[in-house]
Amino acid sequence: MVFSEEKMNEVNRLIASYPQGKQKSAILPVLHLAQEVNGGWLSTEAMDYVASLLQLDPIEVYEVATFYSMYNLHPVGKYIFEVCQTGPCMIKGSDDIIAYIKEKLNIGIGETTKDGMFTLKAVECLGACGYAPMMQMGKTYREHLTREKIDQIIESCRSMNN
Amino acid sequence: MVKLLLENAQKEGIRFLKTYRENGGYQSLEKALKMAPDNITEEVKVSGLRGRGGAGFPTGLKWSFLAKPENTPRYLVCNADESEPGTFKDRFLMEFIPHLLIEGMIISSYALGSNRSYIYIRGEYAWIVDILRQAIEEAKQNGYLGKNILGSGFDCEIFVHPGAGAYICGEETALLESLEGKRGNPRIKPPFPAVKGLWNCPTVVNNVETIAAVVPIIKMSGAEYAKIGVGRSTGTKLISACGNINKPGVYEIDMTISVEDFIYSDEFCGGIANGKKLKACIPGGSSVPILPANLLLKTAKGETRYMNYESLSDGGFATGSMMGSGGFIVLDEDQCVVKHTYTLAHFYRHESCGQCSPCREGTGWMERILKNIETGKGKMSDIDLLWDIQSKIEGNTICPLGDAAAWPVAAAIRHFRDEFEWHVLNPEESQKRNYGLANYASPLALVS
Repeated sequence: MVFSEEKMNEVNRLIASYPQGKQKSAILPVLHLAQEVNGGWLSTEAMDYVASLLQLDPIEVYEVATFYSMYNLHPVGKYIFEVCQTGPCMIKGSDDIIAYIKEKLNIGIGETTKDGMFTLKAVECLGACGYAPMMQMGKTYREHLTREKIDQIIESCRSMNN
Repeated sequence: MVKLLLENAQKEGIRFLKTYRENGGYQSLEKALKMAPDNITEEVKVSGLRGRGGAGFPTGLKWSFLAKPENTPRYLVCNADESEPGTFKDRFLMEFIPHLLIEGMIISSYALGSNRSYIYIRGEYAWIVDILRQAIEEAKQNGYLGKNILGSGFDCEIFVHPGAGAYICGEETALLESLEGKRGNPRIKPPFPAVKGLWNCPTVVNNVETIAAVVPIIKMSGAEYAKIGVGRSTGTKLISACGNINKPGVYEIDMTISVEDFIYSDEFCGGIANGKKLKACIPGGSSVPILPANLLLKTAKGETRYMNYESLSDGGFATGSMMGSGGFIVLDEDQCVVKHTYTLAHFYRHESCGQCSPCREGTGWMERILKNIETGKGKMSDIDLLWDIQSKIEGNTICPLGDAAAWPVAAAIRHFRDEFEWHVLNPEESQKRNYGLANYASPLALVS
């Protein structure tokens, strides 16, 4: 995995936002970029690449990547449904949403559909408690979820890939 | 009701500098830059503003602790890692009126002498990262950021740093570790960040709402700000209300309103949804003690409970709770306290950084025991065991996550022990129906 020139400019902008010699601070945002470029997950190769860009030992990147829940350390589907299951979402029926996605896509939590399209994750509070139940999909939140909304979301993902 | 933060939040175009300025934006900054930095800190002290992230520590006092050694940079870091379950107020503020935070950041940076300030925002709020960066760019183009701001001689840059999914990074020293590119393991204190913070330099970490509140404080003066509210609960507070209510959302209150009015009036939560009855409420984010309806609406002394720091904590943990982050979670009569507590225990187990054994091991035990009780496999002795474990986590960890994990479990057992016992005694029935209201709600709450 190698960053394009555009991504490298972004990396350099990120590094410049910390004082000289403190480029280690850029690990989190640069790992986000690496994950985006690497198909939604961080391979050892991708983490090593980030380490080399920031002049760090690979272990410094691994220990960070394994701590934070937004980094996927295994391949994932093209679309990741990250459904919040914490208290306030549970009250509003997140169990039912998770069960429905499982049934509809025939996968369990943490699994990816055979066609590589969808991954289901159950995650912790995303700060959308008033708009529950909800899930994160890429950079956006999908809120006030119902079974019908899940149907529509899955349908629109599929139609974009036909 | 007076609104200091969100008055213009729903105005079209307020996200952009032009509209923000047309509505009085950046006037506080202009005023502040003509004041001596220490006088700004003094105004914040006089205002009585208390940290809005959850701890409620006086902001002006926190600022006055900042060490100022020569030739050492100082930093202001905004804590936008909002992740306390039930809390979504900072998101609202940043999403709709980002310049209020940026203006507050510049004023606070000037007061503290920070030429390089950071907003540490939870990574999941990815679209808000873009909104903030755009606002910063606009501010820079208009001379509010960069070199020699408005001819004052003060230089300041603000950077947005996204996290990557870790509740613990809302704890200020874990946040600083994370900002330095490490795992979010809280530091042992002292030294406090005011002396050794970001990259070992003196640092102030403040919540989004706290920093935003500096803007109206400078505009109206600390003394005027202190006149709003009651006692040591001055100014306004953002409350994010969720759960079984008719109108979930973010509300700005002036802390003189009663809990009952907040829940039932149409101006705020609009009452319990679907004509149900109120069973319980966690008034300040998932970490604070849950209260049954009777103790929520009235204190143990029978006095009206109000939405402010003192009143919500009246009675201590025995019969009171906390204002916390303002994450107001309402449970109706159909909710199961055991299950709700289980989801919270699961949350804290997942979010424990693992440094301290009482928290690392204890949160796992609590989750497993609660799961057993919830799924009809619990024993009577489990309830006492649960109490024992939570009591041994509290106060025995480096950071407050241990306390935050222990308190919800303790309060659930304290106030809802019958419901736990009912689960144990009725393993099959408890899988089919919820315990309901039983003896918890006061006659007052039964009026839906």
